[in-house]
Amino acid sequence: MKISVQQEDFDLGAEIRAFANPKVGAIASFVGVVRDVAMTLEHYPGMTQKALEKIVAEAQGRWQVLDCTVIHRYGPLEPTDQIVLVAVASAHRGDAFAACEFIMDYLKTQAPFWKKEEGKGWVEARASDDAAAGRWQAAPRPGKP
Amino acid sequence: MKLKVLYFASVKERLGKGAEELDVPADVATVAGLRAHLSGRGGAYAEVFDEKKLVKAAVNQDMVSSTAPLRAGDEVAFFPPVTGG
Repeated sequence: MKISVQQEDFDLGAEIRAFANPKVGAIASFVGVVRDVAMTLEHYPGMTQKALEKIVAEAQGRWQVLDCTVIHRYGPLEPTDQIVLVAVASAHRGDAFAACEFIMDYLKTQAPFWKKEEGKGWVEARASDDAAAGRWQAAPRPGKP
Repeated sequence: MKLKVLYFASVKERLGKGAEELDVPADVATVAGLRAHLSGRGGAYAEVFDEKKLVKAAVNQDMVSSTAPLRAGDEVAFFPPVTGG
């Protein structure tokens, strides 16, 4: 398991190659990217790592997760820059897809990051993100809720 | 009771500070109590900690609800709903 909160960019290919293990049959990944507007990402340094660890532990309790990498950047970011990576390695795709989506949905509502867009101010939280995280409460085991 | 209080993002900007050490009366026993105490300072505090405003809280780096109890030495953080990812 690797959880990193960093300013530096990341390399999806390198992160996935690091999962190499004969038990791994499926790797699902998600990369979040900055769209049109440059932004600065602030976070709560003492809490971020802990919150991400909790989310990953929760996913491990629900699905078979052989390995997992979560990288979230902070600081100034430009359009097309990568922001976040969630990658999950499992024996089979159902667990990998579900755990990856779950971690991303929970990260969106539980991990203490805030986006401030250049010229526009602080990004408002979206109710759809709460709904996306909430739907997992009724669906504890593999597959989509 | 001494507490370390942290503010982030829009809450930090509106209060003009990111952290402060507080010594609050003993009856400030929960996060809700601390919010009311801070709101009582008036000005930007009253605006930020208005009951209708959505300000989230964490105690010792765990997200909590407003009924969470406080103990001396706790690190309490206030921030808007998160928008990472």
